[in-house]
Amino acid sequence: MALIERKGQLELGDGGDRAEPIGVFTRPMAETGWRSWVTTVDHKKIAIMYGVSAIFFFVVGGIEALLIRLQLAQPNGKVVSAQLYNELFTMHGTTMIFLFVIPIGAAFMNYFIPLQVGARDVAFPRLNAFSFWAFIFGAIFLNLGWFLGGAADGGWFMYAPNSGTLFSPSHGIDFWTLGLIITGIASTAGAVNLIVTVLNMRAPGMKIMRMPVFTWMSLVVQFLLVFALPVITVALFLLMFQRNFGATFFNPDAGADPLLWQHLFWLFGHPEVYILILPAFGIVSEVLPVFSKKPLFGYPFVVFSGAAIGFMGWGVWAHHMFASGLGPISVAVFSITTMFIAVPTGVKIINWIATMWGGRLRLTTSMLFAIGLIGMFTIGGLSGVTHAVSPADLQQTDTYYVVAHFHYVLFGGAIFGFFAGFYYWWPKVFGRMLSERLGKWNFWLMLIGMNLTFGPMHIVGLQGQPRRTYRYAPGMGFDMWNKVESVGAFIIALGVLVFLINAIQSRKHKAYELDPWDARTLEWMTTSPPQPHNFDAIPTVHTLDEFFHRKYDEDPATGAMIKVKEADQVLEEMGRDEHIHMPSPSYWPIAVAFGLPILAFGVIYSHILIVVGALMVLGSLYGWAMEPATEPDSGGHGGDVAPSTELVSHG
Amino acid sequence: MADVALHTPAGEHTTTGLSNTKLAVWLFLGSECLLFGGLISTFMLYRGRVIGSGPEPAKGWPTAGKLYNIPFTSASSFVLLMSSLTMVLAVASMQRGDRPKARLWILTTALLGCCFLAGQAFEFTHFYRDGAGYTTSLFTSSFYTLTGFHGVHVAVGVVMLVSLYVLSGRQQWGSEKAESVEIIGLYWHFVDIVWIVIFTLVYLIPS
Repeated sequence: MALIERKGQLELGDGGDRAEPIGVFTRPMAETGWRSWVTTVDHKKIAIMYGVSAIFFFVVGGIEALLIRLQLAQPNGKVVSAQLYNELFTMHGTTMIFLFVIPIGAAFMNYFIPLQVGARDVAFPRLNAFSFWAFIFGAIFLNLGWFLGGAADGGWFMYAPNSGTLFSPSHGIDFWTLGLIITGIASTAGAVNLIVTVLNMRAPGMKIMRMPVFTWMSLVVQFLLVFALPVITVALFLLMFQRNFGATFFNPDAGADPLLWQHLFWLFGHPEVYILILPAFGIVSEVLPVFSKKPLFGYPFVVFSGAAIGFMGWGVWAHHMFASGLGPISVAVFSITTMFIAVPTGVKIINWIATMWGGRLRLTTSMLFAIGLIGMFTIGGLSGVTHAVSPADLQQTDTYYVVAHFHYVLFGGAIFGFFAGFYYWWPKVFGRMLSERLGKWNFWLMLIGMNLTFGPMHIVGLQGQPRRTYRYAPGMGFDMWNKVESVGAFIIALGVLVFLINAIQSRKHKAYELDPWDARTLEWMTTSPPQPHNFDAIPTVHTLDEFFHRKYDEDPATGAMIKVKEADQVLEEMGRDEHIHMPSPSYWPIAVAFGLPILAFGVIYSHILIVVGALMVLGSLYGWAMEPATEPDSGGHGGDVAPSTELVSHG
Repeated sequence: MADVALHTPAGEHTTTGLSNTKLAVWLFLGSECLLFGGLISTFMLYRGRVIGSGPEPAKGWPTAGKLYNIPFTSASSFVLLMSSLTMVLAVASMQRGDRPKARLWILTTALLGCCFLAGQAFEFTHFYRDGAGYTTSLFTSSFYTLTGFHGVHVAVGVVMLVSLYVLSGRQQWGSEKAESVEIIGLYWHFVDIVWIVIFTLVYLIPS
């Protein structure tokens, strides 16, 4: 890692010609067309690519869910076989978690962290591009099992011994394991990049306690990723060695301890839960103040409770394993820590409600999703507390009650938060508004749909309907509720369809005004969509909610805040920096990333490909290291970049 | 944290005053700690499980006591530790602007790393001949996985050092490139420290 980031350090050949240190690729210069997307290092373009791929996988995972619900719509369903059902619920969970929620979070963070802290790009723009390409290649690789002999079928948790070749002889789990290792590499690189951006690239005056809450929550998430991903990577490597090289790490017949997998998996898996939900918490913490016309209530409490969740998230993993016979002391300890972690989450809920209290609420679609999150996440959070009570949990384990719980927190929490973000930031990213009328349809369909789908799961779960079972007998009290759940699932799908239509139609809408929501934070203090260099002049930050305080001033007579400036006046006052120097596009990130799936193919099919893939990665890394991150100016002003405007990033 | 952007030694403006690359490498190494943490935990769980599911090897089930050659591994550990010393000397020379000497120390560090890797290859071959294959038992699988992961890390370090040696042959390299040497040094020391933990837990403390 160290070597590849030492760039810009090779002096170029004589004469100021375009640099051709390796001579394989010419420096890409296109600003439009496919080539500009493949080679871009602009955090905003990369974020849009993350977003589009994530929504694609959201649809894929959704189709898998609909097939599950079709199968379960009536007793003794005959839509899919038991084997296909196993593959469907495995890939539904994996896709939604690793290929939708994590990358859609990455999309929002990539786009808005640099804008919210007042930077021109992330710390390492080429590493950022690599993260995206490694993610997309890993994601495709993970799904190849569908076409090459069957997808993974062991559940997204992939417990031993079902993950062994004895019980799952197809290559599905191999594709799953190696695909997740590749997306893990992508997320780790992305996390390091974003942490450095937040810590090191803030605008003057952007103190750590003046950062917008979304940036704060993203920072916590990135730390969780940096420390949680290596744990699952170890587990995945051990599984790969077991399935492909004859080791027996998780095979009880060979004397192994199957709990080893469970510990490694959930030591990653529970921080992962907060990796999924905290970005959404950050988004609603931005949306609620704007549409309540009030500052966020108790900013430090929201920030510190987010950080507390980040720390405490490491001490609760074994509550996923109460039924595995850990012994009374472990169970008691993890019960108590699990109850405790509800406290900082509750603090946030209180702060959001207090933010709305007495505010002038504008019930836009974005606001509705944010309020929806508060309601739905609270339901999911409360059922989560019931899991902390281990005797009750023993009854609920492996029933639909658990499915109800985590869909309320993930669908009603994470996904509602991201939809609030779509409607809030869409005009920022694309310069066009989403239709509010379609938006309301979108919200109500999704809200009603999710409650019809996941609400009854509480009931059938407590009545004992087991999860991960491809059919149930009639007359056990499950029939009616399962039908309701299936109807609900299609209502959700309709809601998502409305969103997709809304997104496509927004291209035709007229360009929007500069500050449609009367927003508060730095990302609105520039044009929409922002220029490649984000800000014409890097702002100096004086306070939390800087943009709001530039627009509003206190009325000396009444003490109320009144608007004294419009957004375009604020922008005009900011001025312009001269000679902004941005990093140049590059082919190397995608070249490095492309070696990874080839290496992974080698593990499954032919070991010679391991060598080929590794050499591709190594060779591309050399190309990367030898290519200057930023092309020197070809015009007359090369080398005269003023220090105050020079981009600090060299990645 | 500061109102005015701080400067790194190389003249970058950053909020903390640390260079972006150095901060990134520290984070990466933090992540690596958890990676080795997981592998070491796996080994500690399985270190005593020496009986495999296959047929018993001709020389009996391989155990730590039968396999290890502590004096030999101590010697190769010493070589690796000395390479940290030469790495420090390389960084110090580079910071003084003494490029030829820095290059000499970089090459020495790479060679010491190669010696360690050769020792590991020799040791693995020896163990294999004593009946300890990768799949023989949980003990051997977790031993080879852990020490193999570490060996790959050393090998990556050697590749970086050799690349550094070649690149630093160019005339333009001055003391402003000291940070590149320092950052590869950070990685190198980390790999060394991990070996100290592995040598203690895997070799020295009897199961």
